[in-house]
Amino acid sequence: MSTRLATGGRLLNTDKPVNFAFNGKQMRGYEGDTLASALLANDQMLMGRSFKYHRPRGVVASGAEEPNGLVNLGSEGKFEPNQRVTTTEIFEGLEATSQNHWPSLEFDVGAINKHLSRFLPAGFYYKMFMYPRAAWKHVYEPIIRHSAGLGKAPKTTDVDTYEHFYAFCDVLVVGGGVAGLEAARTAGRSGAKVLLLEQTEHWGGRAPVDGGTVDGKPAAEFVDDLVAELQGMDNVQMRSRTMGAGVYDHGYVLGYERLTDHAPQKSGPRHRLWRIRAGHVITATGAIERPLSFAGNDIPGVMLAAAVRDYVVNWGVSIGDRTVVVTNNDNAYLTAIALKHAGLDVPAILDARVLPQDSMLMEQAKALGIRVMMGHAIASVKGGKRVTGVTVCSQAGEGAALEEIACDAVAMSGGWSPVVHLWSHCGGKLRWDTAQACFSPDLDNAPKGADGMGFVTPAGAASGMFPLDDVLCDAHAAADGVVTSLGFKLPKDVTAPSAERREEAPMAPVWLMPQGASVKLREKTWLDYQNDVKVSDVRLAAQEGFVSVEHAKRYTTLGMATDQGKLSNINGLATLAGALDADIPTVGTTTFRPPYHPISMASIGGEARGPVFQPIRRTPMHDWHEANGAEFEPVGQWRRPYAFKRGSESTHDAVNREVKNTRTNMGLLDASTLGKIIVKGPDAGKFLDMLYTNMMSTLKPGKCRYGLMCSENGFLIDDGVVARVDEDTWLCHTTTGGAETIHGHMEEWLQTEWWDWDVYVANVTEQYAQVAVVGPNARKCLEKLGGTDVSKDALGFMEWVDGELGGFKCRIYRISFSGELSYEIAVDASHGQAFWDALMVAGNDLGVMPYGTECLHILRAEKGFIMIGDETDGTVIPQDLGLHWALSKKKEDYLGKRAQERSHMADPTRWKLVGLETTDGSTLPDGAYAVGEGTNANGQRNMIGRVTSTYHSANLDRGIAMGLVLNGPDRMGEVIDFPGTDGKTYHARIVDPVFYDKEGEKQNV
Amino acid sequence: MSEPVTALNNASETNGIAAIRELGPLGMITLRGDLSAAYLRTLTTKLTGVKFPDVRECHSEGENGLAWMSPDELLVMCSYAQANDHVARMSEALSGKHALVANVSDARAVFEVKGPHARDVIAKLAPVDLTPEGFTPGMFRRSRMAQVPAAFWMRDAETFQIICFRSVAQYMFDLLKIAAQPGSEVGHF
Repeated sequence: MSTRLATGGRLLNTDKPVNFAFNGKQMRGYEGDTLASALLANDQMLMGRSFKYHRPRGVVASGAEEPNGLVNLGSEGKFEPNQRVTTTEIFEGLEATSQNHWPSLEFDVGAINKHLSRFLPAGFYYKMFMYPRAAWKHVYEPIIRHSAGLGKAPKTTDVDTYEHFYAFCDVLVVGGGVAGLEAARTAGRSGAKVLLLEQTEHWGGRAPVDGGTVDGKPAAEFVDDLVAELQGMDNVQMRSRTMGAGVYDHGYVLGYERLTDHAPQKSGPRHRLWRIRAGHVITATGAIERPLSFAGNDIPGVMLAAAVRDYVVNWGVSIGDRTVVVTNNDNAYLTAIALKHAGLDVPAILDARVLPQDSMLMEQAKALGIRVMMGHAIASVKGGKRVTGVTVCSQAGEGAALEEIACDAVAMSGGWSPVVHLWSHCGGKLRWDTAQACFSPDLDNAPKGADGMGFVTPAGAASGMFPLDDVLCDAHAAADGVVTSLGFKLPKDVTAPSAERREEAPMAPVWLMPQGASVKLREKTWLDYQNDVKVSDVRLAAQEGFVSVEHAKRYTTLGMATDQGKLSNINGLATLAGALDADIPTVGTTTFRPPYHPISMASIGGEARGPVFQPIRRTPMHDWHEANGAEFEPVGQWRRPYAFKRGSESTHDAVNREVKNTRTNMGLLDASTLGKIIVKGPDAGKFLDMLYTNMMSTLKPGKCRYGLMCSENGFLIDDGVVARVDEDTWLCHTTTGGAETIHGHMEEWLQTEWWDWDVYVANVTEQYAQVAVVGPNARKCLEKLGGTDVSKDALGFMEWVDGELGGFKCRIYRISFSGELSYEIAVDASHGQAFWDALMVAGNDLGVMPYGTECLHILRAEKGFIMIGDETDGTVIPQDLGLHWALSKKKEDYLGKRAQERSHMADPTRWKLVGLETTDGSTLPDGAYAVGEGTNANGQRNMIGRVTSTYHSANLDRGIAMGLVLNGPDRMGEVIDFPGTDGKTYHARIVDPVFYDKEGEKQNV
Repeated sequence: MSEPVTALNNASETNGIAAIRELGPLGMITLRGDLSAAYLRTLTTKLTGVKFPDVRECHSEGENGLAWMSPDELLVMCSYAQANDHVARMSEALSGKHALVANVSDARAVFEVKGPHARDVIAKLAPVDLTPEGFTPGMFRRSRMAQVPAAFWMRDAETFQIICFRSVAQYMFDLLKIAAQPGSEVGHF
């Protein structure tokens, strides 16, 4: 039984009981408990089932490295799967349920998989993909899908909020153990701006549990004093419950702060993602204890030795009354001693080493009456859902049982691995430390910044320094070096604190226990608890030719679970090295990638959800549109009205009404979104002649000209009307989506190529609300408003004038994208809505109706006007669209000119723009391809054209379309076939693209 | 002529950790030209009555101000009513010189974030060093806030003024409200 002890628990506040529920069962813990310690205190050792075989799983660790203790937390909008019990602080009303079992945690049908384990070996998935083919889809996949997967997917929207925070510091210290605290203090004393992050709620890391004496004080007291000192330093900021998640280029680091996970009733965001720019990063991330590989090491009750110690000291929880300690190092003796001091029984310490003489800790253990068995190992663990005993054997042998020891817990220690993750994220290299059998940061190969110098420095255990004295010295030296490199200086009197040295005997690497374990034992010896990878699986992978550690990882799924192999990686690659008869450093490690420990997806999104998921741009008349039936469509980041629906009208009917009304009475279009860019300067004319394919320098002030813009590769990128304002000023209209990119395009050419031309540009798109007043009654409407003469003679087609209309200061352009009598009127945006209202009033008895973008499209298609993005797709040149008239022959050069002379651009077989008219009046499907004779090299039918725009024209009462067709302009009258995706083949006649008012009489009035 | 209407009709929110309100309408004029030229510096400082800004600086006094936007761009601030007149005066004074003057008062929305936690709110949205020593009144940043371009400066130790495009005023206001939600103090500065 695991239970709460009467004494101990330095992190607990026993005055504050906390009620929570696990699988519906009410339990009680104390403030300061993690969910793991609280469950253990309630004898809930069984917490979940493993991924593949559904083996019973209990907690093995006490921190972020925990592979087994994953639960579903919360419900409804607060539900979240795969939450680690060891990193979850309990709170009143917490609800947790176990995962990956059916029908219940105690009795799980899926556990039958374990009997099938010999049919689910390493590489199972890959093998089953191959043969027999049908079996994958019909047999294996359904079974695997049912049995695999840990937590449940949330079904309701997350009710919490999340945010980002940008922080800047000189020195970022990750890890608030003694190394991190000492590094922060040292760095802080130099005057550098220091930010210190600690993933847990508490400062000091392992030191208060593992004890020792620093500067004559017990470690715990030393930590308290250090924390108090740091809190008093103005240039040092400390953040607990904030994990350093990832280290990226140029000193960019992500921190993950958990604000309300421990107190969900608190207001404010749940998680905060810190986006930190640090001058230098110190990783004081500590070390993680490794499990030992022996048969039955996954049975609940087998735990890391340090975790057993943590539970006793920190939370006053005993894992069992009788704990067998099994180790290859001195450190685990601390656990035996701590258990003894807590009044618990330690029947034996099985030490795989054979040492010539006892170390200090061994002597202490023996003095407490503990039986220490040198050269011994566990042959196998007894028990199913709980440890009942161990069979002892010689480490040197093959597992022959020497005796059985009854116990209900096993504390194991295979040595310690520095947490090198953050060091490695941005390219820090590792070296193999033979003495301590671990990978440590290779200080000569640090992650490098822009200056070629390392920007990450490890400190303490993360650097492979394990004794307390070494940890403190190393942290001090690391911080000293870092601040010096940043140009800060430590005061002379600052020295490292000194810890009392505890002599330890050297550890001995043990990768399999016993070293000659049989296949039968190896098949029960777990490396990766969460993904069910055993020693036998890794050996099989090696046998099947997977010599690269990265390949073996993916083949066996070792280290691919949500814990990313924090416990299993080193043991796994040592096993692989053993099977390959290679050195561990030769085999190497898999790549460490951020985040160090899973972070919530929502924290990455930050505030960007719901209404601010994406910026939506609104014109000054947006609210009016919304209130008047507008159905919106996205155009860039704008929302433009697609059509204005009236009553129960369908969208299609609304479009048809708008199309007819604009040609017979008058329509209003909100054209505010069109780009407006001022180009000014002595060289502005020359500049525009280079940007546009046609001539802009010859345009007279007061006049407008339609222009085309190409990229330097000759492809059409934008079009619009250019107005000349005065001698050295032009105003260029761009497409809605093109305003920002064309502005950028102009700046790029001016800044990088023609930097010596005197031209300034300014994007004034949003300064104006612009309204197109379109239709036979347009002039009458403006005349009613009065203030400016807009008659044919005063303001001819393609002219503009500054004036007033109805008291509004405005600029009036007489331009038309519809073929109707049409004006576009720009007023200051702050008056846009009022001006629109005035037009609606003035147009009331003239049949005014607002219209949307679909009507705009149909009107222009009826006139055969091209649309950027419909007729063009980045591969179309003006010549394809019959726009030769807009390509200046007088100009020596313009962007795209030379490109358009390339052989394939001048190829006469390029598809060309034509009009398309279905023989039965139906509307061609958008994007449909026309098919020709024969097939191509791939056996597909030859294509001879495609539809670029297609609409039902209410004015003509039939479908109209434009398309690019092989030799199209030479094939007028020919009928070509467009197979639709609806099974029907459409027959369309090639015609002139101008369908309506070919002579242009309607706009010329 | 109608009364000018700002994008959000001077919306405000005071329930969060900082008070947010839309200001305006305010006069804003883009001036592109040679910022080192004495004629330009004299003209603009005379018009606004504030000191000429150095790189990444903004000096403001009431509605008047000058902000450094780029090596060849200055933002001239004044009352909304003055903007057209200023444009005319500047254009005239600069005639014959290579310069561009444009009234952009209506192209922008202006917000104020005020209170002891105003720095927190801005630092949640803009990738800018907002430590009290890193960003002080008089400094100016043309950067981004979440997903939109924005520029801001501090009027005093607890007041930020933000300029963004008018079309994203609603987005900016919503962003600021979320960043200032109750209980979201960071406590870093």
